[in-house]
Amino acid sequence: MDWHFVFSQALTQAIGPTMLIYAIAAIGLNVQFGYTGLLNFGQAAFAAMGAYGLALTVVAAGLPFWWGIAVGLLAAVAMALLLGIPTLRLRADYLAIVTIAAAEIVRRLARSTVWSEHTGGSDGIRGFSEPFFAMSPYSDDANWSFAFVSMENGRLTVDLGIVDFQYSDRDLWIMTVGWALIAVFLVVLGLLVHSPWGRVLKGIREDEEAVRSLGKNVFAYKMQALVIGGLIGATAGFVFALSRANVQPDTFSTDFTFYFYVVLILGGAARLFGPVLGAALFWFLYNLLSQTLNQAIRAELIPAGALSSIQVGPLVFFLLGLGMVLLLIYRPQGILGNRRELMLDVR
Amino acid sequence: MSDSETEREEAVFREAHQAALEALADVAPEPGVAKPDPILSATGVRRAFGGLVAVDVEHLEVQRGTITALIGPNGAGKTTLFNLLTGFDRPSRGTWEFDGRSAKRLRSYQMAQAGMVRTFQLTKALTRMTVLDNMLIAAPDQLGERLWAGLIHGMWRGQEVGNRAKALRLLERFNLADKCHDYAGELSGGQRKLLEMARALMLEPKMVMLDEPMAGVNPALKQSLLEHIKELREEGMTVLFVEHDMDMIHEIADWVVVMAAGQVITEGTPDQISSDPRVIDAYLGAHHDGAAH
Repeated sequence: MDWHFVFSQALTQAIGPTMLIYAIAAIGLNVQFGYTGLLNFGQAAFAAMGAYGLALTVVAAGLPFWWGIAVGLLAAVAMALLLGIPTLRLRADYLAIVTIAAAEIVRRLARSTVWSEHTGGSDGIRGFSEPFFAMSPYSDDANWSFAFVSMENGRLTVDLGIVDFQYSDRDLWIMTVGWALIAVFLVVLGLLVHSPWGRVLKGIREDEEAVRSLGKNVFAYKMQALVIGGLIGATAGFVFALSRANVQPDTFSTDFTFYFYVVLILGGAARLFGPVLGAALFWFLYNLLSQTLNQAIRAELIPAGALSSIQVGPLVFFLLGLGMVLLLIYRPQGILGNRRELMLDVR
Repeated sequence: MSDSETEREEAVFREAHQAALEALADVAPEPGVAKPDPILSATGVRRAFGGLVAVDVEHLEVQRGTITALIGPNGAGKTTLFNLLTGFDRPSRGTWEFDGRSAKRLRSYQMAQAGMVRTFQLTKALTRMTVLDNMLIAAPDQLGERLWAGLIHGMWRGQEVGNRAKALRLLERFNLADKCHDYAGELSGGQRKLLEMARALMLEPKMVMLDEPMAGVNPALKQSLLEHIKELREEGMTVLFVEHDMDMIHEIADWVVVMAAGQVITEGTPDQISSDPRVIDAYLGAHHDGAAH
């Protein structure tokens, strides 16, 4: 068993590009669900708005990269308004139903053959990410080393002895941008949730009728939360599309949204750092379990008849699901949550 | 404010109350009767749920500066009328004026901004927020509640300090000051009632609508709630409340409106009402045994 490899992989992924997508999308969900109590089950569709907005603008319309970013953000705002206007005046569960349906509509439209000459149907779109990587300060032929940090043909290795981290130059650029975005989002949200504006959101989460009776336009606040969360979701879509250099409709399935919820609940909803910690922990555990099982099979610690390497993936998700159930039983507030707060009777 | 000023103001309030009582003394005890200075005046308010007419009030006026009780048997439409007047429900038809302006098209939050604040039959404390935050959220016109201004601490800090002082004064008055950093969900049922009333006062309303303020409150607290309601009148507010408890109505109400089957069947002072056979009929059924007539 190569424990060095297992832990290096797990830690590398815990702060890597994939984790960033989930962390950013969950930050958006935290605004909507964590602070305002809006059950948005269509966060994957907001990410799809960002990803497809960017890809279609650049590839199908031939416009510059920044136009793509603008289109992606505008598409997310449009979708938030479209979903919010009919449902935000109704009871909370209507938004859940509508968003889950809308997310499926978006995915099926993207993969339908009607517009496949533009969208690529189920194959998706590629060839929009070069302008982004052209902005990267990291070159693929850098060679240097300093103490435990070394760069070899653009590949960064941070060797801490017990574990090491390795990233390609593209990963590094995605991570630089992704972590910078997270920092900006957390600073802005930190200011907002501790302001009177954030207090109204929390009030709405507790009891929107009461907040209405105190003279607040609850609909407007819920819409603001839906739009802000949707914009952050679209940003996660940009990072997702750029880090993979393609968009594919089936990656924006409802599972995607549910993993955002897992990440958010794991870290602690309505906690500023909850989504980031949750995403890091989720990807650490996911990689730790898969690499451990793979290594164990390779080292023949697990008999070949009991578990094959193809079965590792589903088994890991089974174990993570079990972990989630145990978390909800023994620590329903998540890692950062406040148990005293959660144990109050919520009417 | 100096003591003499406070005293003078209190005297003014007491006078205003006395004047309102005197004004009501000349009002005939009939349904829909006009009042000398109504703060609220509703005409032809009707709310039907499918074929069921829950509320059909021809005319109703509430005298400014009085405590008016709205009573009636279960299903009489009291809470529905409450919801209509406060903008929480939309009428099938009808118009009403609040404080001289048409209130028919106002939504619930606009009614609150206009000065009519309600409480709920089942108290709505914001459970996972502190008692102080429950108060602060009710403060009107806080600039920091706008998205852009919320980002800039300096824009709302000053207002917040003022609101906090006001909230603490109110909490003191309602005996909740020592709970101000507890979660509202940790309060007892009675304390939540007090909190809800204190929170409504943060808006400095002209009219307070209390939906069954005494429901599920123990007798000791009942007395203190009664005193608090009387204080509202002394401060110049108008109170309309839904209640079942006749003792309470006798103790604090200046005027009583009786509803049955969606309509106002009679109005009058508490004494006039308790001797009115229509009220007894409405509560016990028209053909109850031992009817007085």
